[in-house]
Amino acid sequence: MENKNRLDLNTELMVLNMGPSHPATHGTVRFFLKLDGEKVVHMETEIGYLHRGFEKHCENGTWTQAFPFTDRLNYCSAPQNNVAYALAVEKLLGVTDKVPPRAVYIRTIMCELSRMADHYTNLGAATLELGALTAFIYFVEARELTWDLIESVCGARLTSNYIRVGGLASDLPEGFAARVKEVFAKNRVFWDEFDKLLTHNRIFLDRMRDTGGISRADAISYAFTGPCLRAAGVEYDVRKAFPYLAYRDVDFDIPIGTTGDNFDRYLVRMEEIKQSMRIVEQCLLQLPSGPININDASVRNPSKEDGKTYMESMIFHFKNTIEGIQVPKGEAYVATEGTNGEVGFYLVSQGGGKPWKCRVRPPCFALTQAIGHMCTGHYLSDIIPTFDMINLIGGECDR
Amino acid sequence: MFDYTYLPSPNLIPSLVEMMLKIMFIFTMNMGVFAPVLGWVERKQSALMQDRIGANRADIFGFTLFGLLHIASDALKLLVKEDFIPRGADKPLHYLAPFIAVVPALVAFAVIPFGGKYMLWGHEANLVIADLNVGMLYIFAVASLATYGAVIGGWASNNSWSLLGGLRVGAQMLSYEVAMGLTLVGIFMVYGSLQLTTIGMAQENFFRWGIFLQPLGFILFIACALAENKRTPFDIPEAESELIAGYFTEYSGLKFAMFWMAEFLEMVTIAAVLVALFFGGWHIPFITHQGLIDAMGHLFGPNFGAIAAMLIHAAVFWIKVVAWIVILMLIRWSLPRFRFDQVMRLGWKIVLPLALMNIVLTGLIILAVR
Repeated sequence: MENKNRLDLNTELMVLNMGPSHPATHGTVRFFLKLDGEKVVHMETEIGYLHRGFEKHCENGTWTQAFPFTDRLNYCSAPQNNVAYALAVEKLLGVTDKVPPRAVYIRTIMCELSRMADHYTNLGAATLELGALTAFIYFVEARELTWDLIESVCGARLTSNYIRVGGLASDLPEGFAARVKEVFAKNRVFWDEFDKLLTHNRIFLDRMRDTGGISRADAISYAFTGPCLRAAGVEYDVRKAFPYLAYRDVDFDIPIGTTGDNFDRYLVRMEEIKQSMRIVEQCLLQLPSGPININDASVRNPSKEDGKTYMESMIFHFKNTIEGIQVPKGEAYVATEGTNGEVGFYLVSQGGGKPWKCRVRPPCFALTQAIGHMCTGHYLSDIIPTFDMINLIGGECDR
Repeated sequence: MFDYTYLPSPNLIPSLVEMMLKIMFIFTMNMGVFAPVLGWVERKQSALMQDRIGANRADIFGFTLFGLLHIASDALKLLVKEDFIPRGADKPLHYLAPFIAVVPALVAFAVIPFGGKYMLWGHEANLVIADLNVGMLYIFAVASLATYGAVIGGWASNNSWSLLGGLRVGAQMLSYEVAMGLTLVGIFMVYGSLQLTTIGMAQENFFRWGIFLQPLGFILFIACALAENKRTPFDIPEAESELIAGYFTEYSGLKFAMFWMAEFLEMVTIAAVLVALFFGGWHIPFITHQGLIDAMGHLFGPNFGAIAAMLIHAAVFWIKVVAWIVILMLIRWSLPRFRFDQVMRLGWKIVLPLALMNIVLTGLIILAVR
């Protein structure tokens, strides 16, 4: 179109409908493309194919019953969603500081383990779609090891449903620290292998560098958060900016990119995997002993023994189950650093056992709206790495 | 002038028998062994590379034969699948395309020698189907025909993704054909022939193998050959994450299998050409052609000795081919895929100038040596 030297031939733009069931549009999204040859002239994004009414569902159950739903937002890092929701409810209840330190540290560990698993999934999927199938399988193996750890804690690999308001479902298993040490040693070997396979691979570099780039200013105005924002050179991480859980007490760096292109996003994610390992190791060293649940039967169900021994505990157990925990009137927003960016829960309570309104701030909604901006003027093939690095998770974006 | 050598001669019957045997052999090797077995090799090799087990489920009475039975189950599945033709497709061309794709891959093998010449009971057997003096030109010509299959398939499917795939095939194959022709000019200059049997005989001495005389030409040829084969990293015409399946998106059943088979057969052909041009063809390093025949002759007598030598040479050739197929698959499973414009840039701006440089260099060296 812009080419002035072109002969006066009758050419037309090709209209192409990419998705919702296209191999690259996992998470079910639809791109409406206009192509000039292989160049994208116009791109529209349509989301909503995975809308399941998550937020409305939450209003029909008790506060505790929403946890399994939150698992299904970003299903690659379910514990993080659990934590974000639990923190929001705890803020409404005003018990944030009463959660035992051991629970806080275990929550931090679970968040970081799932961040690793999510990054492995994301980077693996990206390499898979660029044609490097072997690298993908290596990533999956590293993720399997990480998921084994999560499984050993809560019994589930994908949808953990592990965090509770005011505590946890269960304590860490025996010998968890030793198991982490063993898995991380293997993971570090894998990390070096990915680095060798991809970071210096000329073809991979060519595909990722200078594609899907976004400027610092644009990234901010599109409300980017997470690795994509940091790749564009903005030093914003909820864990550092508004520390929650145990992030104030551990030492870690947040990697920052310079150009905001797909390669920087890849590098940021790779580095975050390493930083997550650092955080988990520090947390395990500092892990306090003590209870894992808040000492308040009106918030967290008492133990089975207490429930069978003490009258009051039994009453709370009954009331918590039938009516739900009683949350005072008010509203609260809590932001946490999810794997893709800021995961926020905005909860409104009118008093009583059910949320009156539950709203999620998904990070990839903001990222997805910019994909047209990032891909227009580039080649059709560039949509693939860009879309992968955005890491749209349908469950989270469409809710 | 008419070439009288092709007229019926007194040894017509042995010649005919020899020809039939050779065609049957090559056909069986390609269609009966390589085309199906390579599917299994690809699964198992990728599984090995990726720390997986690979295909192992198809069984008869509990025997899985290392997954080899998947070949049969695949063939059966493809046979009974619905042969789908999309609405608005160009039916005749849609039918024709897979055949155009698979036939060149098969017939290209005709000029590749899988052994030398042997005297059997006074009849000279030459282990090549057609000993053309323009051998390599014939391969280029036939290989470029294969492009039509993909382009027509892409166009006739009435599908935007297929069309994009077809266009990509056209551009990619055209670019790399030019470069591929030029990369081999060095080989023709060194051996002074286009005839593959002559080139094969010239590589009797281990240090006169193509890889030693034309190292740059070899590397460039590999790049071009991979691009012509349309496999990763050059599989942009069928890039599954971008174009779903490229030009064969709308193909199913046996017609899909034919595109699939064409890809594998092309890989065998490429491996065979590589062996014939750069890796001494049927020769065993440090053993001359006649040397082996004589040695076998001492053991088994002249005729059976020649047969033994023939079998050994053919086996050596196929072992080399299989080794090359394994290497080609290693490349396919290790590397990510290029982008379209990057493939073009590599072809026109890097491979082509280097190929021209290779020709000049070869010429200068030949002049200097003389």
